Parts: sequence; structure tokens; C-alpha cells
Amino acid sequence: MILGYVGKFLEVNLSTERIKEVKFDDAILKDYVGGRGLAAKILWNRLGSKWEKIDPLGSENVLLFLTGPLTGYFPGGRICVSGKSPQSNGIVGSTVGGEFGVELRCAGYDGIIITGEAEKPVYLFVKDSNFEVRDAKHIWGKDAKQTVKIITKECRELLKKRFPLYGEWKEPAILYIGPAGENKVRTAVVAAKWAHAAGYGGYGAVMGSKNLKAVAVKGTGPLPPVANMKEVERLIQVVNDNAYENELWRRWGTGAGGYEFGAKTSSEPVRNWQDEWHDEKSFGVDQFENRVWIKQSWSDFGCPTCCLKIAMVKNGKFKGAITDNPDYEMQAYLGPNLGIFSPEENVFLSSLTDDLGLCGIQTGNVMGFAAELFQRGILTKKDLDDIELRWGDVEAFANLAKKIAFREGIGDLLAGGTYRAALKIGKMKNVDVLQYAVQSKGISIGAHGIRSGKDYPEIISYACSVQGGDHTSTTGLPLSESELMEIFNDSGVYCNFNSFGIPRNTRFNFYKAVTGLELTREEWCNTKALRILQLQRAMLLLGGPDLKWNPKVHDDNPPRFYERLLSGPYKGKTADKAAVEEYKKRYYKAVGWDKNGIPKSENLRKLGLQDVDKALEKLR
Amino acid sequence: MAKKKEPIWIARELSKCSGCRKCEIACSLFHEKRIWPEASRIRVFMLVPGADFPHFCAQCEDYPCVKSCPVNALSISNETGAVLVNTETCIACGQCINACPGRIPHMHPNGKYILICDLCNGDPQCVKVCREGGWNVLKKISRGDRPYKLYARTPEETTRDLTLKMYGEKAEEFL
Repeated sequence: MILGYVGKFLEVNLSTERIKEVKFDDAILKDYVGGRGLAAKILWNRLGSKWEKIDPLGSENVLLFLTGPLTGYFPGGRICVSGKSPQSNGIVGSTVGGEFGVELRCAGYDGIIITGEAEKPVYLFVKDSNFEVRDAKHIWGKDAKQTVKIITKECRELLKKRFPLYGEWKEPAILYIGPAGENKVRTAVVAAKWAHAAGYGGYGAVMGSKNLKAVAVKGTGPLPPVANMKEVERLIQVVNDNAYENELWRRWGTGAGGYEFGAKTSSEPVRNWQDEWHDEKSFGVDQFENRVWIKQSWSDFGCPTCCLKIAMVKNGKFKGAITDNPDYEMQAYLGPNLGIFSPEENVFLSSLTDDLGLCGIQTGNVMGFAAELFQRGILTKKDLDDIELRWGDVEAFANLAKKIAFREGIGDLLAGGTYRAALKIGKMKNVDVLQYAVQSKGISIGAHGIRSGKDYPEIISYACSVQGGDHTSTTGLPLSESELMEIFNDSGVYCNFNSFGIPRNTRFNFYKAVTGLELTREEWCNTKALRILQLQRAMLLLGGPDLKWNPKVHDDNPPRFYERLLSGPYKGKTADKAAVEEYKKRYYKAVGWDKNGIPKSENLRKLGLQDVDKALEKLR
Repeated sequence: MAKKKEPIWIARELSKCSGCRKCEIACSLFHEKRIWPEASRIRVFMLVPGADFPHFCAQCEDYPCVKSCPVNALSISNETGAVLVNTETCIACGQCINACPGRIPHMHPNGKYILICDLCNGDPQCVKVCREGGWNVLKKISRGDRPYKLYARTPEETTRDLTLKMYGEKAEEFL
């Protein structure tokens, strides 16, 4: 057995309520590590042969909550959620911060594998090796804050009753969905702690399709033993010290972005990306800090950075709306992208999407898309159920968000996410509206544009990514500096924010101190990470059943990114189509894909992926 | 010659707690040589998100827990003022939990004895990590003649206060 792992996974079949413990061979854990990597392997093994037929929202999908060997050790606890994605029809390693991963490992499991679907709403409660499927009828329909409250109370009462001599019980860690997930909205999140979310992938809808409202865990054991605890302690200090040096990062988190990425790098979505520049100082972080932040540092397990803040609107119409920061992505997508430039309104909309269990990024994206169609007269007030969806009208957007979460009227259509909604509206109106859809492979593009060339993503970062528009896993060259490192973060399962600026090999040293296994950057990039990437690519291209991606068409930027920036210091700049094609060629070559973007036979075989090679034969 | 230790106290400013749980990590590493949140003598509660706070011994002036122990497994350190648990004699009966106005002691997850903050023999590890990170929820000070018992509050009581402090009139919805 490899050190740093518990060595057991809990598998629950919700159809039969059968529970079993699952183990993986050391060889699999060595190659796929955990989290995102292991998710790719598990899903391929279980569903690969029938991938195209698997409905992501059907009972045959497999839902995964996976930790990695570094969870709880590397500062900044997270958990990785995965399964066949109802957005991309491939797989996304979607991570969310909090204590869930640590609690799960302390309970004696490296992960939870969910199959089947419950007959009626349930939630799972895991207490060490005790486990139960509980009725969730009374929580179904509840918003995030009430869901957390009720489950916290119920679990603590149960623990008190069962272990009367223990003393006071802390809260369990909880992952849950809101109404959006229950209604299988494809932009629904798996959430934690009111405002944390695994958004990319749409796994909230997968939980909803399985009638699974929440999973709560309380573990009383220690984290699994490591190879060299002294070295782990030393490396924790290295990560901490690095974070402590970064004063403004700690003070503002990504909250500075709402102004900065607009004004400075001109890469922030403004009115559905019609522009990427604004110099609206009323959206500055100082105003968030002074007007709405009621907690300056809020953190997940072991985190030295505390990029999270808590915000509450103090007065006016939206008084009492509570969320975290909002972080940059929420600021952008539920702010300038909708023509909103007020911290209070931004907090209100963020709080609302938290409560409904919607992904702020992707719901902000689809609402911006709808608003542009309204601006252009393609969608009318009548189409929008009497909502005048004007830029900056926060209440109109709030109404629309509710309609999406509950799939009412136009909300039902938009609940498919931007790409699927664009296909339907295009047909309905007989207009090409895909030109206004800013997404990649069914996944909305994060709030970091490529046109100015001044932000971190490159011109193929989203176009060729196995996770579509996910801004936390972008492609580029050299491979060793790009998403292959993100695959490590998401497979070791810890917060990538705490890896910014650490010495180059710290994460691999960390892996060695925990597992006792030597792993070089070269080995990771040339074999292991590449293997995970190819698996993700294969499942993405196999896709189905409702949509398939053709790399010749879909390994590209949204049309908007080939339009010129309208204003600001980088006015007139755009992504150059020829440059994109040229970069794509180099990228395909580096990653071992043929000219059509299909992983090459010889490369797959070299990585031991013979079955993947066979499955892709029909695409060649 | 080593300086003679004097009784200390950990001053606490709970509303500043970020919930990072580095205190739990430091405490369990020191006492158990593992990262083991439930075996930490200081535990961060988050019964309402945002209202995170560390729950740990306040060393009441009259030490009701010590008095309640039926087997004299608890004693008061002359050096630091901490409550010390004799893990050999403790029978894990839980009397001290009921005697504590804040229900602060809790059982070691191994079920064999009670856990109470021992002030790390005068050099509390939780304080170090909290100050190193600049959160400064915890501060080591000399023990004087103060009403320390005020700080022995149950998790529910403290949660209520902090939630009110943070969320004002919205608080009731979350409690």
C-alpha cells in the first residue's frame, strides 16, 4: 500500500442502497494519483466502452467525490468532483474548497463513488465507517443556507445521541445542491459552505438526477500516515511562508480583479464580452472592502492565504444579501458581464446564485448571452416571459436566475447552458446565435479573455482544453508549464492558489514526502499527466449522447474572440485566426494528436492506452 | 538555568478567526505527531459558515472540571495553570464535560481518555501558528486575576454571539 492514502473508497449504489468498500491497485494510484486523474481512470474503466450512450443525467452515470494523497497535507483543502459532464459530455475534474476532503480521509476513505439513483430525495451521512442513506424530502427545495443549517443540526443531533460521552460534536463537512441541481440545470454546482462551488462540469445536475441532495461526513481519525512527516511539516512551512509574503493577495484575494482585469489587462467580460475593458472605479476592491466585507479573512483547511472574504450588503434594497468576496469570477460574470458595476448589486446576485445552487460563472455567461440577444432584438420581452433584460438591471437578471434554477418558461431553455441554449434559440429564430455564445465545448469561458494578450490565458488556452472554458485548467506550450501542472494540483487535490510562487519542485517534493514515491516533473509531464490528458480528450471527443465535438470545428475560440476589442488601451486587438491555427498545430504535435486533433495511435500505445486507441479508431 | 515558568493564559479574539484550522494542525502534530483534527485540544467550530471560532479550555478560576473528576485524573499545573489529564487514570466517564460551563473537554477519538488543552507546557503551538499567519486570534499572556470563566462557553452560545455580530438581524435565519 502506498503511504498517504487511506487505501479505501466507499461505493454507494443509490438504486439498491448497497454499500461496499473499493480498493485500487498501487499501480493505478501511482499512475493516476487521485482526484482528476483517478476520476478519468475510474470513468474510463466503468463507462468507456459505452461512453457515447451514457446520459450524464441518467442513472448509469457515475458520480465521484475524490481526494488525493496531498489533501489535508498541502495547505488549502479541496475535494474533486467528477463524472460524465452534462456540459461537455466528457469529464471535468471540478474541485471545491473546504473541509470535506479532510473529513473524508479522517473518516477512513479516499473517496466516494456514487452509482444508480435514489427513488426519492436522500442525503448520505458518513461517520467514520458508519454510513447511512437518509431521507431528504424535508430539505428538497431548500436553498443553500437552509440546507447547510438543517443538515448540520440533524447530523450533530444524531452524533450526540449515538455518542453521548464524546462531548460536543463539530459540524460535519457537507457537499450539497440547491434547487438548480435538483432541477437538473446544467449550470448547477456542487456546493460547500454557502458560497464555495465546484462549478465547471455541471455536477450539481448529476447529483440532482440521482436524487442526492447532499453528502455529509464526519471523520474522527487522523490523516493517513506519510513517508516523512518532518519533511511534510517543512514543506507546509515553505508553502505558508510563500503565501505570507504576498500581502495584497492575502488581503484582497481575487477580489481586486473586478476592477483590475477590466482596467489594466482588458480581459474582463463586459456585456457578454462585447468588450473586455472598463475603468469603472466604483467597482474597485477598496469599495468592496470598505462597504461590504464583514470578514477580512475566511479560509479552508490549512490555508495560509485566506483569499476568501465574507460580504454582506448593509443597506438599501439588497440589505442582508450574504456571500463570499465575491471572488473575481463572480465579480466579473455577475457584474460587468451583465452591465452591473455596483458592489452591493454584485453581492446580491452572487448571494442569489449561491442560494439557488447555480454556477455564477456559467449562469452569468448564459444570462449575458440572453441579454445580448435581447439587445439585438433576437429575443423579445415576450420570449423572456415579460422580463426586459437590459444591461445593468440587476432585478431583471435576478428574476431570470430564478427562472433558470426552477426551469420556468425561458429559464427551462437557458438551463441547458449557453451552448445548448444557443442551438435551440438558433433553430427557433432561424438566426446564427452561436456567434454570441462565449464558451468552449459546452463550458462557459472563465472571466479571463485572450484578446488583449495581457492576461494569463493564451490564444489556444480554451480552444484546445480538455475542460473547455475552465479558466483553472488552460492549455498552452510548453506543456510542462501548462495544464499538466493543473492536472497535478487537481489529482493531488489541494488548492492551486497556494502553489503560486512556490519553488519549482515543491509540489513533487511534497508528493514524495507524503507517498515515499519519487516523481520528477519530467516523468509527470511525459507519461502520467499526459496519460490523464489523453483519457480526458478521448472521453470528450467520444461525447454523446446529445452532443459531439468535432475538433476541426470545435477546437476553436468562440467567434467573439475574433472580433476586435471596442475600447480601452488594447482597442482593436483580437485573436488572430492564422496564429491560432499555427499554435494549434504545434500544440497537437507536442501532445501527440494527429492533424485532426485525434490522439495518435502510436502515442496512446506508448502510454499503455490500447483500449482508448481502439475506441478512437472510428473517429480517425 | 531555565527560567521558571509562570502561569499563562491564551487571550482570544474569536471574531477574527478565519477558520483556517492551523491551530488544529499544530496542536495535533505536537500532541499526536499526526494531523488529526478531532484529536486536537483546540477545535474550530463552524456551526454557521463564517462564524468560525476555536473552542478550547479557558482555565476557569475555580476549575470545575478538576473538581468533578471521580478518579482524580485531572490536576492543575503549578507551572502553567493548565488542566492536566492523567491518561492512565482517566476512565473516560465524561463528568468533566458536564461540569465545564462551556462543555469544552471532549473524548480522544480512541475513546480512552479526555482531551483538555495543556497549554503545551507553557509554549502553546496554536498561538504560534495563529500569530505567524497574522490572524492574531490567539495571544499568550500572563495569567492574572481575571474572570476567565467568561470564556468557557458552549459552541452554541459562542456561535449565536458571533453570528449576531456578523450577520445582525439576518442571524436568526441561520441559527
